[in-house]
Amino acid sequence: MSTQEHVEEHVHRDDIRSRMGMWLFLFSELLLFGGLFLIYSVYRFMHPHAFSIASKEMNTFFGTMNTIILLTSSLTMALAIAAIQRGKKILSICLQITTILFGAAFMVNKFLEWSAEFREGNFPGSAVLQSKPQGQILYFGLYYSMVGLHGIHVLVGMTVIAFMLRFTIKGVINKDNYVKLEAAGLYWHLVDIIWIFLFPLFYLIT
Amino acid sequence: MEKNITHKEHTHSYSIYFLVWLALITLTGLTAAVAGINFGKLSVVVAIVIAMAKSYLVLTEFMHLKMEQKAFKVFVFVALLFLTISFTLLFTDYSFYVR
Amino acid sequence: MSSDTLAISHNGHSPSYLEYEGKHKGIWAWLLSTDHKRIGILYLIAIISFFAVGVTLGFLIRLELLTPQGTIVGPQAYNEFFTLHGVIMIFIVVIPVIPAVFGNFFLPIMLGAKDVAFPRLNLLSWYLYITGGTLILLSIILPGGAADTGWTFYIPYSVRTGTNMIFTLSAVFILGFSSILTGLNFLTTIHRMRAPGMGWFKMPLFAWSLYATSWIQVIVTPIVGITLLMVVVERVFHVGIFDPTLGGDPLLFQHMFWMYSHPAVYIIIVPAMGVISEIIPVFSQRTIFGYKFIAFSSLAIALFGSLVWGHHMFATGMSNTSEFVFSLLTFLVAIPSAIKVFNWTATLYKGSIKLEAPLLYSLAFIFLFSIGGLTGVIQGALNVDIYLTDTYFIVGHIHYVVFGGTGIALFAALHYWLPKMFGRMYNKKVAKFAFWNIFIGFNITYFPFFILGWMGMPRRSYHYLPQFQLYHVISTVGSWILVIGLFTMLFNLLMSLVRGKKVTENNIWGGETLEWQIQTPPTTENFEDIPNIIDGPYEYKQNELTTVEEEVN
Repeated sequence: MSTQEHVEEHVHRDDIRSRMGMWLFLFSELLLFGGLFLIYSVYRFMHPHAFSIASKEMNTFFGTMNTIILLTSSLTMALAIAAIQRGKKILSICLQITTILFGAAFMVNKFLEWSAEFREGNFPGSAVLQSKPQGQILYFGLYYSMVGLHGIHVLVGMTVIAFMLRFTIKGVINKDNYVKLEAAGLYWHLVDIIWIFLFPLFYLIT
Repeated sequence: MEKNITHKEHTHSYSIYFLVWLALITLTGLTAAVAGINFGKLSVVVAIVIAMAKSYLVLTEFMHLKMEQKAFKVFVFVALLFLTISFTLLFTDYSFYVR
Repeated sequence: MSSDTLAISHNGHSPSYLEYEGKHKGIWAWLLSTDHKRIGILYLIAIISFFAVGVTLGFLIRLELLTPQGTIVGPQAYNEFFTLHGVIMIFIVVIPVIPAVFGNFFLPIMLGAKDVAFPRLNLLSWYLYITGGTLILLSIILPGGAADTGWTFYIPYSVRTGTNMIFTLSAVFILGFSSILTGLNFLTTIHRMRAPGMGWFKMPLFAWSLYATSWIQVIVTPIVGITLLMVVVERVFHVGIFDPTLGGDPLLFQHMFWMYSHPAVYIIIVPAMGVISEIIPVFSQRTIFGYKFIAFSSLAIALFGSLVWGHHMFATGMSNTSEFVFSLLTFLVAIPSAIKVFNWTATLYKGSIKLEAPLLYSLAFIFLFSIGGLTGVIQGALNVDIYLTDTYFIVGHIHYVVFGGTGIALFAALHYWLPKMFGRMYNKKVAKFAFWNIFIGFNITYFPFFILGWMGMPRRSYHYLPQFQLYHVISTVGSWILVIGLFTMLFNLLMSLVRGKKVTENNIWGGETLEWQIQTPPTTENFEDIPNIIDGPYEYKQNELTTVEEEVN
């Protein structure tokens, strides 16, 4: 058996390939949440009144604040990419940090919101919840599942951006090679888009 | 050494991003305001339409879908088409039969 | 296909991917390899092992059904047997097998590429697969026992049962992600890594089939992922999504489950059809009839197949409107498959037929899949299905399309491509003997299922009425013949890897696709230089120059 010298061949870098891979992954995430949105639409159709009542228990202020936080974090993420495209490394780093902080603020808000709900007894499996009409149990079931799953994705997104931050500081991500940051940005924007739908569907039912 | 730079740089000026953000915040306010008005069964439609408008802005401007190759736009369309068809077919059951 | 730059070996034989030594040593050279060919082999070993488990379970089920009451196990064990048989065969064997083994190994080569788009993601897919499979095995041995709900996990029992549902459902979730990542990888590879000159319509049909399949994988797998995840959440947190006591709708579970699981059967069959589309031209030495029709029919199956899931629910009390719509769409989805059958047959006509093992299996595929497919159309008729649903007729249909379809195509692919992958030829006489053994055993095992179904024998039933026993006995004896055939076939192939005659020629069967232009077994890089493609992949008669090696520029 001879040992073969592995020549590090220069592979043509294909940024479109990287972005395509991320877009395809985003579709799978979109369909993951899409399944839940389908379930939501059926149950809301079957229990319109119960959904409306349950929705009143939601804290619209928290919800709106979180929407604005996430939208702004999308802005800072897009700006972070624009900055590195122009070679502004420090600016990009600051913007990435800001994005992560916004994500953290979102999660803190969520924690406060859910603590309040739990104190009132509105948590899965609770006696309070199970005594409510079935439509409302379904509403809360979907609320915790969908918002919870979304929260997990916010945390994942924050982690991914943290890795990108490290790459940017080290110069791996730079003016001539930033497709990793673009991919991370795509993921973060999807997380934003999902919340754009979650917000009115849970917090703003008339 | 070649790099794949056949596409033009995917970027806007900083101000475009700010403008998009402003539009998004405005639409959020609109959603909240409209929630108080009772459109009956149409309420959910109004909410979804505004959400779709916001998503469109994020997709095309923040995610640079407008600047990407045609294939990407076809992809997005296919994914959304699937969701729409599934939704429709699902509701051929639920809207015509009360359990 | 002709190209103006072919891979040539220097003085005889360059080291193949099997011999390559990189930075990892020993077993790690395989377990940490991102070479698509090695990953394909890793999948092959894993999947054949699980297939053996699945076959054993099927064998035991058939033994149990020899008598109308208990034969070898109690009812609880029986429920776990058929659940495991379904879960393993569907999620762990037939969904991944052709894409993950042959797609991984040959797609880049067929496209003229050196690897897939994301090699490390490819390795991750394999590890996810192994994790999922391991969780299923754990669910069997840990207290609580394996799932007993059937592979369809219907509500409410899947929320109530005390067996290891969380392991099982989590396993399927993880396997789903393995599937999604593979699909994503293939889609990007096909879009971005075709060799210069290889337009979409110069791609081999196997690549087209993988393209259509990958779309289904990426789009619908998350739906079952989230649905099963919700069942887990329901079991753990008592949330209230599907559980009827909490207001949930059990039929909504079925809708969401079948929204994936029906397209999943197209993930199962479309790559198999791709294999057949590759083999038939080679063994009749004729250009495939209707290349574009076959390519587009794969896409059509992917699209229409996503719209018919309700036909699994005709007896559940869905609205009349939706029953009508789903039945109509179900009839339509048969059309693209039929187009393929016509085209394959037309290709064979007046061809120079070489009746080797790959072609034998391909012919068997056409025969068995046609039976299975036609019985599917029968089931698509609403009034007939009300009678047939949940009977053995359905089980017969399933086995003819999945086993007679994808299973047989798997065997065809093994006999076609294994010599290329390992550079060893199996015993052709034994291969043909094993083929007939399998074919005869298969039909004796599964044809009685249709009869049993018409007579009213329910599926998944531990006890049955005495009038069904004769056909069960026939079927079980058939299963013994089938198992002997399977064992003979696998043993023959395995022995070939160890003691088979060495194969050194590039083009073993006279094929025109790129894998037959490169070394046997391939080098790690696949190609010395990426070829420039000139002709299409099935240009028989027209092009006699493809096996002539040209100088590298």
